[in-house]
Amino acid sequence: MSASVALDRRDRGGPAQPLLHVDHLTKYFPIRGGLLNRTIATVQAVDDVSFSVRKGETLGIVGESGCGKSTTARLLMRLVEPDAGSIVFDGDQVGSPGGISVNEMRRQMQMVFQDSYSSLNPRMTMAESIAYAPRMHGLAHKEAYDRAESLLAQVGLNPRQYARRYPHELSGGQRQRVNIARALALEPRLVILDEAVAALDKSVEAQVLNLLAELKEKFNLTYLFISHDLNVVEYMSDRVMVMYLGRVVETGPVEDIYRHPRHPYTRALFASKPTLDPDRRTTEMPLTGDPPNPINPPSGCRFRTRCAFAEAVCAEKAPALAAPLDGDFDEALPHLVACHLPEAQRATRGPHA
Amino acid sequence: MPDIGMTEPPVLEVEDLTVRFRRRGTDVAAVNGASFTLRAGETLTILGESGSGKSVSLKALMGLLPDYAETTGKVWLNGKEILGLPAAALAKLRGGALSMIFQEPMAALDPVYTIGEQIAETIIQHDHVDRRTAMRRALDLLEQVKIPSAARRLKNFPHEMSGGMRQRAMIALALACSPAVLLADEPTTALDVTVQIQILLLLRQLQQELGMAIVFVTHDVGAAAEISDRIAVMYGGRFVESGTAREIIRTPRHPYTEGLLASTVHGGMRGTKLRTIPGTPPNLARLPPGCAFAARCRYAVDACRDGDIPVAISATGAMARCVRAVETVPA
Repeated sequence: MSASVALDRRDRGGPAQPLLHVDHLTKYFPIRGGLLNRTIATVQAVDDVSFSVRKGETLGIVGESGCGKSTTARLLMRLVEPDAGSIVFDGDQVGSPGGISVNEMRRQMQMVFQDSYSSLNPRMTMAESIAYAPRMHGLAHKEAYDRAESLLAQVGLNPRQYARRYPHELSGGQRQRVNIARALALEPRLVILDEAVAALDKSVEAQVLNLLAELKEKFNLTYLFISHDLNVVEYMSDRVMVMYLGRVVETGPVEDIYRHPRHPYTRALFASKPTLDPDRRTTEMPLTGDPPNPINPPSGCRFRTRCAFAEAVCAEKAPALAAPLDGDFDEALPHLVACHLPEAQRATRGPHA
Repeated sequence: MPDIGMTEPPVLEVEDLTVRFRRRGTDVAAVNGASFTLRAGETLTILGESGSGKSVSLKALMGLLPDYAETTGKVWLNGKEILGLPAAALAKLRGGALSMIFQEPMAALDPVYTIGEQIAETIIQHDHVDRRTAMRRALDLLEQVKIPSAARRLKNFPHEMSGGMRQRAMIALALACSPAVLLADEPTTALDVTVQIQILLLLRQLQQELGMAIVFVTHDVGAAAEISDRIAVMYGGRFVESGTAREIIRTPRHPYTEGLLASTVHGGMRGTKLRTIPGTPPNLARLPPGCAFAARCRYAVDACRDGDIPVAISATGAMARCVRAVETVPA
């Protein structure tokens, strides 16, 4: 489980206050068209998503393309303005009077993206890229560059060799190390890793995952780890949140979610994982078809069109994220599931059982 | 390495396939002597990371490399040599007895023609049937790859389909003239996990029905474990190890394979530090003599760094190109 949290001098809300608390976060993207450029449809990218991230833990967000995991990250960073919902960072409401400003929040919350190349300015050397944000936030030139060189060393790149290089002179893995160094340059407390290892070869991915674990310890970080790779999320996370078509379908401690998935979608997702064992190959398709289009998601439970258990009630109303219906609930480490049907939650106890 | 104890003649035989890209003073040794044989109904996976030469090997078989690529070696398809065929003969072959599917169906399919038109065109080109017959066969093919409401989908343009559906359409296109060998270049890499397993199962099933051989290229050990009969691991443009899927995944003998498997995250690794391969893959423009992996290998000895690396072949036909594997080859 999550490591014990050393007190941070910036810890305003105390150790028990979640570092990040998100309530009813919603974003619909309008699709405009026609003669008058009116809104003809909306993509319900993120729909009423609530969660919190505790100090020192890693929350994994997992789901397939279009599930809203990356939009969630962008909403948190305010790279995209939410339609509704509130974000509370260590007890301070973001962007409201009496809380903290978006800029102040960004100083404490940084992000690493999937594409290591497009994340870096091609005309800036590695040291310039890393020193840029500290300089913008008022650090003197010399100090900012000293910090950049020290960070390069911390992510395993010799500053004498790499500080003056440009992005195209580095490999993908090296560039992603630079992006991590840059994210750490403002000494953030929360780092959002949005598919940060997805584009890397496996041998490089393992190096970067080890680095992330090491940095987390060293800098007392909290991670939001977003990935489509179920194995990597299991490896990295303390708690996991599973998303489907813009909504959270299940959340809980990683062992619990992976051993006893309650939502039929979570079970199907895990059952789709290649087995890595030529003698125990997958023989049946856990799901058919692709995820439906988020422009016109199904009414009620969004998974119902692919769910083997679906009943009338599933089309009528959206299930709320709640304790499992068999009453198996641990208040300290809540496992929550958004499903109406006790038999669907019970079904087989997951692919590993 | 040609296999030992083969019963029926191979449908595809590749001997010492070598590809070099020579341009503007650089000389990139992309593939350095790949050899394998494939029987009907068999799936060989070429497993490797970016820049290992796996995709270039497929493109060389298909004759899709640019002019400045120098391809040598021998390739026999159903006993006929196909490397360096004139353009017209090659065009007849491609999409006929030998066809290929790609990672990005959106880039492989033509955006201005419907799926039905594209499949029918291939059938007309190769089998010289009339359009109606070709369209009817296109419909059968879409049904065969399990595209729902196939008749309607026939009239869809690629952009009107989802990613998984497009991948199925591309498979249908590749199967249009019943190929003897299907070359698959990372066909599941861009897909979501629930769709990926559908495509892998589909390929397995189609192979059983049609008896074609598949060369499946991937970087994903999981996909390889699901689909392969045999696996060849590629590094620095060479096969460093090959054997049955079970042999490669359970008892790898080459240190690179061992490292690749150890750094592939899977269930039950929580709380452990991942064992990684240090360093980065070799520059194919400046390959070192000896074993290309030696600089990253923790077992490396002096003999690894010069001259030819001996090939150790086990009693089951599994191959490892490693100085140390010769010491440990199972009887």
